[in-house]
Amino acid sequence: MAEASQDTFPRLLLSQAKARPERPAFREKDLGIWQTWTWAQALDEVRAIACGLAAQGFQRGDRLAVVGDNRPRLYWAMMAAQALGGVPVPLYQDAVAAEMAFVLQDADIAFAVAEDQEQVDKLLENVPQCPSLGHIYFDDPRGLRHYAQGELTSLDALVALGREFARRNPEFFAAEVEKCRAEDIAVILYTSGTTGNPKGVAQTHAAVIETARVLVAFDGFTEKDEVLCYLPMAWVGDFLYSYAQSLVAGFCLNCPESPETVMTDLREIGPTYYFGPPRVYENILTQVMIRIEDASWLKRRIFHFFMGIAKRVGMGILEGRPGVPLTDRMLYGVGSLLVYGPLKNVLGLTRIRVAYTGGEAIGPDLFDFYRSIGVNLKQLYGMTETCVTVSMHASGQVRLETVGRPMPGVEVRIADSGEVLVRSPGVMRGYHKRPDETREAIDAEGFFHTGDAGYFDADGHLKIIDRARDVGRLANGALFAPKYLENKLKFFPYIKEAVCFGHEREMVCAIINIDMEAVGNWAEKRGLPYSGYVDLASQAPVYDLLRGCVQTVNRDLARDATLGGSQIRRFLVLHKELDADDGELTRTRKVRRRHIAEKYRALIDALYSGSTHCYIETQMRFEDGRTGMVSADLRIAEAEVYDVAATLKAA
Amino acid sequence: MTHPREAGAPILVVEGVSLSFGGVKALQGVSFDVREHEIRAIIGPNGAGKSSMLNVINGVYHPDSGTVEFRGERRRNVDPHRAAQRGIARTFQNIALFRGMTALDNIMTGRNLKMRTTFLQQALYWGPARREELEHRARVEEIIDFLEIQHIRKTPVGRLPYGLQKRVELGRALAAEPDLLLLDEPMSGMNVEEKQDMCRFVLDVNDQFGTTIVLIEHDMGVVMDISDRVVVLDYGRKIADGTPDQVRANRDVIDAYLGVAH
Repeated sequence: MAEASQDTFPRLLLSQAKARPERPAFREKDLGIWQTWTWAQALDEVRAIACGLAAQGFQRGDRLAVVGDNRPRLYWAMMAAQALGGVPVPLYQDAVAAEMAFVLQDADIAFAVAEDQEQVDKLLENVPQCPSLGHIYFDDPRGLRHYAQGELTSLDALVALGREFARRNPEFFAAEVEKCRAEDIAVILYTSGTTGNPKGVAQTHAAVIETARVLVAFDGFTEKDEVLCYLPMAWVGDFLYSYAQSLVAGFCLNCPESPETVMTDLREIGPTYYFGPPRVYENILTQVMIRIEDASWLKRRIFHFFMGIAKRVGMGILEGRPGVPLTDRMLYGVGSLLVYGPLKNVLGLTRIRVAYTGGEAIGPDLFDFYRSIGVNLKQLYGMTETCVTVSMHASGQVRLETVGRPMPGVEVRIADSGEVLVRSPGVMRGYHKRPDETREAIDAEGFFHTGDAGYFDADGHLKIIDRARDVGRLANGALFAPKYLENKLKFFPYIKEAVCFGHEREMVCAIINIDMEAVGNWAEKRGLPYSGYVDLASQAPVYDLLRGCVQTVNRDLARDATLGGSQIRRFLVLHKELDADDGELTRTRKVRRRHIAEKYRALIDALYSGSTHCYIETQMRFEDGRTGMVSADLRIAEAEVYDVAATLKAA
Repeated sequence: MTHPREAGAPILVVEGVSLSFGGVKALQGVSFDVREHEIRAIIGPNGAGKSSMLNVINGVYHPDSGTVEFRGERRRNVDPHRAAQRGIARTFQNIALFRGMTALDNIMTGRNLKMRTTFLQQALYWGPARREELEHRARVEEIIDFLEIQHIRKTPVGRLPYGLQKRVELGRALAAEPDLLLLDEPMSGMNVEEKQDMCRFVLDVNDQFGTTIVLIEHDMGVVMDISDRVVVLDYGRKIADGTPDQVRANRDVIDAYLGVAH
């Protein structure tokens, strides 16, 4: 279906402007009113910016940095760069100047488009280190009146320049677009990279467009769809799910008024599809729950009653499963009128057909909440290097623990080590200026090594369990994926952090951190007295509570033939919170497994030696930098494990 | 931060103003001037007469003696309404917004003086009244954009945190498009970040609209950073007047703030 005339982004833009010139292409709320640009107008703006850039000396192959919140003009700037055979390089708008320096140098940026004074300041700060950065264009002139730097020009001036240029060279733009080829680099997206410097992922027009076409066909997007662009432009999710899909399907991109107004804008636009990492869904749910708790008694009762109904039958109704009793269907109908409908309206989800999440594991409560009120939330799996889109849930085949089946055109292979390998049209051309790392990531057969460990379940759904290098095996050979277990534990509100051990050992043991707030509340409701964190963590009822959690996880695991052998047998509750200041977590709150294993060697030995108590003294760093010692006699508890074969048979 | 803008001729001249409440002499023969486009601060310890001075300028208090000359018009007694018509707007130390109304509506009230149509026309929302309302709303939206409060546009002011209420109040004062803006402790009760924001807004107002600003402030750091000239009051008397550097070095000012050995 890929017509030859639409194999690059600029050609897609031309064809959209021709096919539906009067349909809205972009919307942005400005001074309280939604402003609309049609496809024809968008093309006109892009042409002006492109001609302006050309007049300023932008050459084919040059890279254009784009930095700011999602705004139509920044998207147009990206389109303009592509039309000239250049490569847009969107940057994270919340990066500090020093972080920008690396990308600016790595991508040899000479031209940059910035949203406002804040971004201009950061770019200007980098001019001494990046002497090639000679042109900075800004969208919002506020506060920039007294800037005299020669590099600065307003986008308005650039557009005026471009219109003048286009008047003198009317054939220029079309000729430049003609020169673009599908295998040219369309964009360089920098991955944040947990270690070392970010890497620039170079994607071709063909890769992104091919992927976007698959996605558009998969969920049937048309020109009538609406999406709100609120995720960073530098993120592959926005580039693919907003920018590329809109150019392929012809639907409208809506830009929020400001980052703070996203919730209001969402409500006003009522997007038909929505994409967000789990934490966005979590924030929305938290806000709802807080407001519900503040509501009157009657409203609270109604809400909780119908949420109970939704939890029981909502997902069955959404997926059209048979066997939902008529009375429940009727109750769900009433609930839709009284609770789910108004709730979705407040959240701006009334018109949602599909909502995607991905990037990290999503908790079952969260997932079920949205699906039970009728939001078709699905998980997907992928990374910048593969244009996301490795696998996705198909509507009606959504299962929390998996990320769905591979997308059409995507080959997924599981290496002997358990690593997930991907070959698809969307796999990147390579890392920008890093041939060695590219060779490491993409093998001779063209498979990209994701670094994630996973496997296919009986239904052919892909299940991602952990980073490949963290996955180990128990002494008896059973597969052991610590992060998978830890995530399962952390989905309980009572558990803040968990660290599991088991590689080359005879069983899995866990060190658990309670969530002070949740467990504290739980204890108060039960009239359980405690003096502080250490005391609460050591109480027998708390151990019982957590044993329940661990056993639930075990029961869940027993249903899984692959991971059923790694059930948690023994655990203890740590007397102090794992803390980045003590080097136990990274600054982004990921557990530093090796460091913890080292520091709490005594505890781990006790876990595996079969003893029931262990005395420990630990150094702790307070917020003011002083250090102190905490000591505790920790209890070690056993958890029941379940027979995998029996559980599978019963199910 | 430096401003290339020029301070012009005096727009406001206060001459020999005295004010007493019963036996309390709030102001005693205070004289100073404010030049067009400048940021002028009035500082002083508690009870020095700063707010009284502001109230005299916009006509809430009538001085016992002395005169206030605004844009060449010298007068002793003027009521606040007239002062507002002449182009003086203000904010209050303890926030005086309509708490049940939204931020948008509160700022809209600042346009009151500019409205020409009658109450009845407005109630019918027809013809000129409708046109006028749209114009005012457009102006208010510019202010909302300027102060970056789009996200609270429709939120009742009573539900907003203190820092944002202060911003809304500034917005209402700006809505009157004043020549002279009086700010009564715009940064009081704010955290560092809110203070920085507010400083930026004050500077931006001054820079972008050329509005002359008189502000009272406790926070010396803020005052010294953003004002062009500073008047120091103590026990109702002016004890110093000059640029921040001059005032900072003034012996009397140091004594008034830190106390003198008796």
